Amino acid sequence: MQQFTYTITDPIGLHARPAGLLVRAARALDSTVTIRRGDRSVSAVELMNLMSMGVRQGEQVTVTIEGGDEEASRRAMEQFFQENL
Amino acid sequence: MKVATGTSILKGIAIGKLKLYRKEAVETGRASSLTPEEEYARFQAAQKAAQEQLGQLYEKALDEVGEDNAAIFEIHQMMLEDEDYVDAVKGILDSQGATAEYAVTATGENFAAAFAAMEDPYMQARSADVKDISRRVVNILTGTGAGAVQGDEPAILMADDLTPSETVQMDKSKLLGFITRGGSTNSHTAILARTMGIPALVGVDFDESWDGQLAILDGYNHCVYVDPAPELLSAMEAKRRADLEQEALLQGLKKKPNVTLDGTEIQVYANIGGVGDVGLVLQNDAQGIGLFRSEFLYLDGDDYPTEEEQFAVYKRVVETMAGKKVIIRTLDIGADKQADYFGLDHEENPALGYRAIRICLTRRDVFKTQLRAILRASAFGTVSIMFPMIISVREVRDAKEILEECRTELKTQGVPMGEVEIGVMIETPASVMIADELAQEVQFFSLGTNDLTQYTLAIDRQNPKLDAFYNPHHPAILRMIRQTIEAGHRHGCWVGICGELGADPVLTETFLRMGIDELSVSPAAILPLRKRIRELDLSRPAASEPLDGA
Repeated sequence: MQQFTYTITDPIGLHARPAGLLVRAARALDSTVTIRRGDRSVSAVELMNLMSMGVRQGEQVTVTIEGGDEEASRRAMEQFFQENL
Repeated sequence: MKVATGTSILKGIAIGKLKLYRKEAVETGRASSLTPEEEYARFQAAQKAAQEQLGQLYEKALDEVGEDNAAIFEIHQMMLEDEDYVDAVKGILDSQGATAEYAVTATGENFAAAFAAMEDPYMQARSADVKDISRRVVNILTGTGAGAVQGDEPAILMADDLTPSETVQMDKSKLLGFITRGGSTNSHTAILARTMGIPALVGVDFDESWDGQLAILDGYNHCVYVDPAPELLSAMEAKRRADLEQEALLQGLKKKPNVTLDGTEIQVYANIGGVGDVGLVLQNDAQGIGLFRSEFLYLDGDDYPTEEEQFAVYKRVVETMAGKKVIIRTLDIGADKQADYFGLDHEENPALGYRAIRICLTRRDVFKTQLRAILRASAFGTVSIMFPMIISVREVRDAKEILEECRTELKTQGVPMGEVEIGVMIETPASVMIADELAQEVQFFSLGTNDLTQYTLAIDRQNPKLDAFYNPHHPAILRMIRQTIEAGHRHGCWVGICGELGADPVLTETFLRMGIDELSVSPAAILPLRKRIRELDLSRPAASEPLDGA
């Protein structure tokens, strides 16, 4: 298992478009990606669930990567968050 | 003749018959005579067809309203392929033996309710999107289309509300304008209509019996005239023709150089106050951003914006401008325009108080956070930094020293940065008087004419009693502008204007004759200004000399 934390910098938070892009990026990986904020966690391929978490700017999320090439998946996810959120 | 009022989203006129746009009430019977598997197959086919429709809508919107506005349809596609959404539909089909129509409607309503219950207004608005996609699938399932209700004749539509997809989907040749009962001027639909140049009013309490009557939608005066008097009709027809000619003319100016008849070239840039304005900048074909007011970053929050937050915003703007120049003005706030967390004392005279560069130079940590964010964003395009409220050479040197400190720190950390041009706002009489010295410290000047006028004429523009004394074309101001341009040019600085005066067509010729290099104006003022520039011929003697007479 691989894990990293990220603080959202996007002014409107994890909103529709980046959430949609995240779903696409996560689907392209051979690992299972989970996003946790506080005590709630959702799979990164579930758009509506991701959006309904309502993650805002300044909030921290924990991203967990399991299965497949975890190292490569973690790098891909870290890059995705830095570029889009 | 009857008149109804509303809120206009576009200054324009539409004349034509009113047409009531009624959403077809779709009867979705619950019990199905098919097996759940058969209903699911129907759903999948409709889902696929809806995806294709959304793909076409995206392409259409991309053409008509640009990428940012088209993104909504890409989001709709993603929502429609969402596993939770599909699972919820399947669950209802399996457990209730329902029709696909019923399952999709129920699922849409459940998800919409969940979004509507969220605190965040942005997320609340997504509730309409879930309903919109569900409706699309149901329409496909029942064979109902939106096209039929628009009618064959060009018309002004009357609707309770319109969704973004309905708006983009409509046949523009038959859509003269629309009035809606609900909706806000900031809704997605309003933004799309504005971008497509469709006159529209929201919040109109219309009467359904007006269906089929001739009407004038007057976007200038926020009203609609039903069954108008003949004199009014001919007057408005003339105004509409004039509008169309003007619009065609302005659109024709896009991509044309900003050059006068005698060959003098000038840069026309845009002023922006947030990321959302960048779309307008590109749409109006500005050559760069001449004033990016960074205050919104500070005024919107409950605490100082972090370096990361600022970096994300600057980077987005700089990247979107794709190499065109972006001039970021550093923090310009004071007691009259501040966020609570700054803890600034109340001042009797905030315009002359502790503000802008004066705060930055005494609260270096706040200043450095912003400068670091700007420097980091400079790796992604062409960035310039501009310091506000300067009155002395000392301030410029101090600010530059702090900037250099940030640059060294970032360099040590291996952070990439681009070349950054440095300039100052010329907005105090003092800075005009010492422009020669200031010009040796920087690469450009930008004249902030709003403050310069207020400080020079000693007139508070918020005070209506002073209107009679206020003259924006006062020769004192114009001579100061000339002096600044001359001083700048003597030392190799380029000089621009980013205040309101820059957009004043009466002065465009005067500024060009003075040798101004750049004018930065609000996005809506760009095309009219370019038209004015391209009409001027500086080789002819000036018609009048506004610098004379006081």
